[in-house]
Amino acid sequence: MTNLFLLQLLNGMQFGILLFLIAAGLTLVFGIMDFVNLAHGVIYMVGAYLAVTFSQMTGSYGLGLLLTLPATLVIGLVLELLVFRKLYDRPHLDQVLATFGLVMIITEGVEIIWGAAPLSVQMPDLLSGSVPLIGPLRYPVFRLVVIAAGLATAVALWLIITRTRIGMRLRAGATNRAMVSALGVDIKKLFTIIFAFGAMLAGFAGAMVAPILTVDPGMGESVLILAFVVIVIGGIGSVKGAFAGALLVGLVDTLGRSFGPIILRSFLDPSAAGQAGRVLAPMLVYILMAVILAARPAGLFGART
Amino acid sequence: MRLIPTRAWAATLLFAAFAALPLIAAALDDAYLVVIATRILAYAIAALALDLILGYGGMVSFGHAAYLGIGAYSVAILSRAGITDLSLHILGAIAGAAIFAVITGAISLRTKGIYFIMITLAFAQMAYFFFVSLSAYGGDDGVTLSTRSTLFGQPVLEDDTALYYTAFAILLGLYLTAVAVTRSRFGRVLTGARENPVRMQAIGFSPFRYQLTAFVISGCMTSIAGVMLANQASFVSPAYMDWHRSGELVVMVVFGGIGNLLGAVAGATIALLLEEWLAVLTEHWPLLFGLILVLVVLYSRDGLTGFFRRRL
Amino acid sequence: MTYSGKMLAVLAATTCLAGPAIAQDDETLKIGLIFTLSGPAAVLGEMGRDGFQLAAEQIGEIGGMPTEIIVVDDEQKPDIAANKARELVERDQVDIVVGPIFSNILGAIMKPVTDSGAILISPNAGTSNFAGAECNRNFFVTSYQNDQMHEVMGAYAQEQGYSNVFLLAPNYQAGKDSLAGFKNSYKGGVAGEIFTQLGQLDYSAELAQIAAMQPDAVFAFMPGGMGVNLVKQYRQAGLETIPFLSAFTVDESTLPAQQDAAVGFFAGSNWAPDLDTPENKAFVDAYEAKYGKVPATYAMQAYDAAHLIDAAIREAGGTGDKDALIAAMEGAPFTSVRGDFSFGPNHYPVQDFYLTEVVQREDGKFATSIVKKIFDDYADNYVGACEMN
Repeated sequence: MTNLFLLQLLNGMQFGILLFLIAAGLTLVFGIMDFVNLAHGVIYMVGAYLAVTFSQMTGSYGLGLLLTLPATLVIGLVLELLVFRKLYDRPHLDQVLATFGLVMIITEGVEIIWGAAPLSVQMPDLLSGSVPLIGPLRYPVFRLVVIAAGLATAVALWLIITRTRIGMRLRAGATNRAMVSALGVDIKKLFTIIFAFGAMLAGFAGAMVAPILTVDPGMGESVLILAFVVIVIGGIGSVKGAFAGALLVGLVDTLGRSFGPIILRSFLDPSAAGQAGRVLAPMLVYILMAVILAARPAGLFGART
Repeated sequence: MRLIPTRAWAATLLFAAFAALPLIAAALDDAYLVVIATRILAYAIAALALDLILGYGGMVSFGHAAYLGIGAYSVAILSRAGITDLSLHILGAIAGAAIFAVITGAISLRTKGIYFIMITLAFAQMAYFFFVSLSAYGGDDGVTLSTRSTLFGQPVLEDDTALYYTAFAILLGLYLTAVAVTRSRFGRVLTGARENPVRMQAIGFSPFRYQLTAFVISGCMTSIAGVMLANQASFVSPAYMDWHRSGELVVMVVFGGIGNLLGAVAGATIALLLEEWLAVLTEHWPLLFGLILVLVVLYSRDGLTGFFRRRL
Repeated sequence: MTYSGKMLAVLAATTCLAGPAIAQDDETLKIGLIFTLSGPAAVLGEMGRDGFQLAAEQIGEIGGMPTEIIVVDDEQKPDIAANKARELVERDQVDIVVGPIFSNILGAIMKPVTDSGAILISPNAGTSNFAGAECNRNFFVTSYQNDQMHEVMGAYAQEQGYSNVFLLAPNYQAGKDSLAGFKNSYKGGVAGEIFTQLGQLDYSAELAQIAAMQPDAVFAFMPGGMGVNLVKQYRQAGLETIPFLSAFTVDESTLPAQQDAAVGFFAGSNWAPDLDTPENKAFVDAYEAKYGKVPATYAMQAYDAAHLIDAAIREAGGTGDKDALIAAMEGAPFTSVRGDFSFGPNHYPVQDFYLTEVVQREDGKFATSIVKKIFDDYADNYVGACEMN
């Protein structure tokens, strides 16, 4: 039981880090630039599809992943030039709507290009096994790779934003665009770069999860809401918050799913506990968000409202 | 101030067109037109309700589909209990929606901006998953309604045209009510609270109470749309509460132009007709719909009505 | 033009666009296909549509009548489906509607279609209510009753003498029905029973519990993308030594994504592409030649539906007499690619069910393959409650 609890704790953290990986690009664009980008999920999906195609072309998952990065960067640049650039000054509502339109366009485009059937990517043999953990319990090697990638992304993001010149300009630009422009910083170019970088992070996440999740036209949408939940719980404008939010969501979801019914059984009869567990499990994440926002209306680490 | 009389004109024409639609359908011998139009009317009610808080109160609810579901399920639940009258179904819907709106609204209104969008979404998702787990009413599969609501004990709504005119009367009534509300002192306080909550507080109004009241009114109105949708499709399922539906309601309002009520009605009409029309044109219709949506947002700040109004 | 003028023009334009309804004409056979053709589950709807259209092309004039086929997308939304179904029967005045894939869509379109007098043929969804108390003269099913695919696996688990099976299904109606169906024919012990979230991405928590319990076997119902996620993660977690029994989790619609992760996994089915009948060989070859994919049951059942319509209309001598047409259909006067096939009194099939296993074929493609027959001429459990009038 203790072993299982420890393992589920690890699973919860692993799921949280996976969520952070997916939400990382969004943290940058939504959290720092204060731009609501519903299209984040579909860029993540395009990343996964490109990883499939490039892997097939090169015969190697690693090469496919490497090629996906510049490709999604370019997609981000093009989208920024055509659409997003015009929306920075607009209210959130306009951003929501325009990017909602992009979601429809890109999802349908993916269906036209790659078809509606789910696809898969071949994982390198080196990463496809599992390592023994405790007793009969084993842990998949690729999960460890995902954890490493998520942690690396978190550290890199934090360093870029807090320790580099570009990060400093970015924070300043998000706070007071006019002032930073007046100081001679080309804010337009800066936002373009950051946006493309955010798209690349989304593509990276898509390519990273392709070996463990289904690659289909619904994959972007299934993570979009979760990614927003993660950032909102953490508080907008904080990488630290997004990371904490992701871990919290991962832990609550995983532990609630596996131990919730056991806890409920201690004060309800078994059938009622099973029933209540089934009703509550899918709501857990949303209950968590509602409780956190009710107590702290700007999220855990958020300053701005 | 030319806008107000123009709006009255436009409203008269739009509602006259709706009133005449069954006659046009009869002349064309296309009864199905009335069926689509009933659905449009129901969504117009919901869009109108959303515009009341979104356009006037600045509250972007991303969870209004929950109220559609509450309205639809009140038809299913009351019908099974032997209560079939439309007026009672509407009353049940309003009661359910009011309770849900008071609780979730009171909590949600603690937040602002994007946090408000997300917390309303969270509550709607909870409602969605609750009904998905509700085995007695088919869970995710939903329930088929064997008969529509009755009107004064008579099954008159089985006739599509009668259902259409009922929906029309409700929309017209709610539209006039909404216009009156926005022009009243209450409406002005609401707009004031959106523009400058601190000042409203300073001159003695509690924005929270006004905003919560508006939120509850809007939720109740949307639940009436749910009652009409359930009757129109003779079917109730949690799919009404899907978060996409909430998004589509926001699209309708913004499509038509926020904050003028008539725009919401027009937006719902145009969005649904466009969807219907594009789907006939190509199976890849979401591509075109998305493109239109992006273009409208990029090039017309007040939605389609704004686009037309500027060319007056 | 003023704003209001434009509005009126828009309304008028759309009214014209709708166009006048075409008067019913007894010389042409009109068939409406309603499938999920957009969204994440579109692949299933496309298979159903392709299977039907393949048969229609091969037959030419279905029932010896000039045939018009109208395809609509239900978007997997019940209320949209109900409206599209009404459009088919009221505006297009189709004689027969074929569809849908999903059970909740079936619930929504049943009333509008059958109330209008048209015949509804479901090439996939087969819910218990319409098999039992709510059975309908105008409604036929060419697939199965939903519970049966799970009962097959239950019977197999029972036969294997398993005493400790772990059950896994998504938390929605079909998931609950699935585990109930499995337990109808499996009487052994249950190691654990988990309802996961609809659309769940990560199954680490459930897989950890399975690893900890080491059950005799796992039974899973995880349709679509959920099945792809589960199967990949199951294999990666090193659990493949525990037999994986399933329904709607590994089939030709998901195998292109699961590939070798699913090889050796079991499923219950009424058919597999390698079922040995001449009609089936012809169907699978033609389908693969035309669409470049291995067909799944969805395609097969729609293909059979087209042949059912063709044979019944020929026997009834047209579509003019609906009663004669329904009577002809009840006799199932066609040769199913499944071989043995007849309708029970509730218009649901009586057929054989098999244990199938995922294999990689010689051409490198992945498909299910028949291992052995589990049920012979098997009818559903609800037929007794059906009083057809």
